[in-house]
Amino acid sequence: MVDPDQGEPAVTSSRDVVLGRIRAAVGTAPDPGPVRRDYRQGSGALPGSPELLDLFEDRLVDYKASVRRCAADEVTGAVATILAGRFDRPARVVVPADLPGPWAGPAAVVDDGLTPAHLDALDGVVTACAVAIAETGTIVLDGGAGQGRRVITLVPDLHVCVVRADQIVGSVPECVRRLDPERPLTFISGPSATSDIELSRVEGVHGPRTLEVVLVVPR
Amino acid sequence: MRVALFVTCLVDTLFPQVGRATVSLLERLGHEVVVPSGQSCCGQPQINTGYQREALPLIRRHTDVFSAYDAVVAPSGSCVGSIRHQHAMVARRAGDDGLATAAHDVGTRTYELSEFLVDVLGVEDVGASFPHRVTYHPTCHSLRMLRVGDKPLRLLRNVRGLDLVELPAADQCCGFGGTFAVKNADTSTAMLADKMQHVLDTEAEVCTAGDSSCLMQIGGGLSRLRAGTRTLHLAEILASTEPAA
Amino acid sequence: MSTFLGMPDVGHAPRGVGHLRGEEPFPAAARKALANAQLRRNIGHATSTIRAKRAAVVGEVPDWEELRTAGRDIKNATMHRLDSYLEQLEANIQARGGVVHWARDAIEANEIVTRLVKATGSDEVVKVKSMATQEIGLNEALEAAGITPYETDLAELIVQLGHDLPSHILVPAIHRNRAEIREIFLREMPDADPGLTDEPQVLAMAARKHLREKFLTARVAISGANFAVAETGTLSVVESEGNGRMCLTLPQTLITVMGIEKVVPAWTDLEVFLQLLPRSSTGERMNPYTSMWTGVTPGDGPQEFHLVLLDNGRTATLADPDGREALNCIRCSACLNVCPVYERTGGHAYGSVYPGPIGAVLSPQLTGIEDNASLPYASSLCGACYDVCPVKIDIPTMLVHLRAEHVDARRAEGRPSPEALVMRAAAWTMSNPRRWALAQRLTRLGRLLGRRRDRISQLPPPLSSWTASRDLPRPPEETFSEWWTRTRGSQP
Repeated sequence: MVDPDQGEPAVTSSRDVVLGRIRAAVGTAPDPGPVRRDYRQGSGALPGSPELLDLFEDRLVDYKASVRRCAADEVTGAVATILAGRFDRPARVVVPADLPGPWAGPAAVVDDGLTPAHLDALDGVVTACAVAIAETGTIVLDGGAGQGRRVITLVPDLHVCVVRADQIVGSVPECVRRLDPERPLTFISGPSATSDIELSRVEGVHGPRTLEVVLVVPR
Repeated sequence: MRVALFVTCLVDTLFPQVGRATVSLLERLGHEVVVPSGQSCCGQPQINTGYQREALPLIRRHTDVFSAYDAVVAPSGSCVGSIRHQHAMVARRAGDDGLATAAHDVGTRTYELSEFLVDVLGVEDVGASFPHRVTYHPTCHSLRMLRVGDKPLRLLRNVRGLDLVELPAADQCCGFGGTFAVKNADTSTAMLADKMQHVLDTEAEVCTAGDSSCLMQIGGGLSRLRAGTRTLHLAEILASTEPAA
Repeated sequence: MSTFLGMPDVGHAPRGVGHLRGEEPFPAAARKALANAQLRRNIGHATSTIRAKRAAVVGEVPDWEELRTAGRDIKNATMHRLDSYLEQLEANIQARGGVVHWARDAIEANEIVTRLVKATGSDEVVKVKSMATQEIGLNEALEAAGITPYETDLAELIVQLGHDLPSHILVPAIHRNRAEIREIFLREMPDADPGLTDEPQVLAMAARKHLREKFLTARVAISGANFAVAETGTLSVVESEGNGRMCLTLPQTLITVMGIEKVVPAWTDLEVFLQLLPRSSTGERMNPYTSMWTGVTPGDGPQEFHLVLLDNGRTATLADPDGREALNCIRCSACLNVCPVYERTGGHAYGSVYPGPIGAVLSPQLTGIEDNASLPYASSLCGACYDVCPVKIDIPTMLVHLRAEHVDARRAEGRPSPEALVMRAAAWTMSNPRRWALAQRLTRLGRLLGRRRDRISQLPPPLSSWTASRDLPRPPEETFSEWWTRTRGSQP
């Protein structure tokens, strides 16, 4: 193994020192035994089931995110309604190149490596997601279809995220087991927030201050 | 049944009325109380101050004195906590596995008073009468080491004439903590001040608990304030037959 | 930094660098803190708020105890094979285009990071809140090398702008209330609106405006990490504000400094900690943002990634079978929020970036007990910390163990303190029935005191620190043992 901080072969590298200290410290301690995993692996509800949709919506609203339900062919209209309600002029939004539909309308800016400064001048972003967790009101982006680079869902101040019902699982373990750790992952639970002043939660700091979720449900 | 009383060094020396109340309560319930000779201190003050080597002879003595009894009762959650959770650990640390086994064995047969009454004897109404307004402080070691839960409250609710008022922020430490009260006296006093305020807010005549050490702290503070609120050990209330006014 | 083979290797965090040691023992520092009524109000208000929130979201998880058990087991299993998990982590990060560095202590870690930043040509960095970089004093080292670090977490920003020290693991500015924060912003932020109010929302917006340009132009970011997955090489940062995402996404170069104990073996281990951590720390079902990255992703995020693995006393902690569980800490700060001592003294009294109950067991082990000897005693052993710990660290038992380590070390020096003599004498007396009976009779001399009110209100040192604020009962005329002998006729 190459140690990037060591040139001289005659001396012990810090890597060897630290690993040697660990081995000496653990010594002949007895094996602590197998990990007990008696916690719930699943929520007992099928992905996309009505009770999970209700729970997911309840959790999002608790974080001060907005939720709007619609059918698959109504997404474009739902997004247009959200944007029209927030801006009194045509909104300038960015979308990843592979968005599954014309959700943000023909005027949307397609990300082709926009600079942070350019993104900062836009009003919002419209994306899909990878998985969502009902119990915690969490949306996970993995850079896959319709989600784009991490920066596009970070710099613009409004994030409109389209979540399909069948992407919603009940629990954290169900979500983690669906993800590919090699992808860059972002777990999002509501708009950015801070509890740093007197430990009271305040929504809206550096990340998008508004999170609008469009929940696509079967007719 | 035959019950061995571990009276604890603090009760023996400074609060003998608590020991007498424990004896009279258990005898009233029809049990034979023995006070094994040679008992003194469980060694908790030494253990919790870092003097485990010094505690070792005390643990050895305690284990010797009480190993012959099927049931040992002490009017102190803290001392029982030490016997049950610390004695074997200290012996093992000193490399005395024989003592560790014997001490662990004694620990499994040693009970705090409310545990003994409710769990072992199955009694919640001990036939006591105490016509006063009382609030209960659940001491930390009874609450979190022994997990006595609401057993003391169940016993108190069955006392004739007793008006039980809930103590706000009851699970907060009174600030005693053994030598902590002296080594970190300022912090201990700040914790005590809040505890006393909560006790006074209840307008209770009596603050009770299952540990004379915590009551020494709370009672010592209330006495200094000349607040008028008394402290009594749980055993004293459960032993009481004071008729209703 | 290099050591020749065979050199003795103790491995405690070195003196003179970082923030693990206070200037005075805990009781003295606590006395000053206790005199600050505003501080006590601020901390009392904040901790009572968070306690209620935590209790509510923990209460709704039916398998909370099973999750705690799994968390503890995973951490114990990790520590047992920490060497192989770190090697696995290193190999996986390198395979994905990252560079891994090893630092045996704070000095070496600061040198590595400084060198990496200088190599980029940048003279400033944006920072995500990180306990490890606070611990090693990285900001001071960077400043000494002419590099300006910008803290971007709101609380860290408040601490940095206030020329202050952090006092809480999660919320380093917990000792400041909104009015004080407003004053700091007005004084230290050149771009602050003079009409700034003390509404938390308004203050958060001021921080957003202040840091926006820095984020958009930063070339180098420095972060810590909450978890690193050995089997995949994945790192994770758990945060709320989005400043973490900014730092982990926008700059070209990312340098992460992480204690070696933060590794977990398997990807699915995260399903346990992502449930335990947010509910225990901010009292939320999930924190707003969690970022995970594995090496470098072409076209997305930093294209240069360095991980600095930090020892700085962790292996010394690992060497103590009765103390090593302190390394299992996931830095949620639930133990601080429930601690009656922390609630009254605040974090600065502990003298270390790790305050509260976990700090009282971790700091002395990282530095060696002699440098933080008063911390294990800074607890009434009430046990509230153990109850809330998401990975079930038995802090009270560990405190008792460290007290014994300290006493044994003193004993080995052969200079018994007055306290040691008292403890020894008490044990000697109480371990013999005749001596104990005599001592009890002598206690009755105390009856000479407190005759007026039947209470003792004044005693000489060291017991004067008891009677400064509390009375003692006057010793009774008859001990329990004497009563038993008199009435039942047998000697107890």
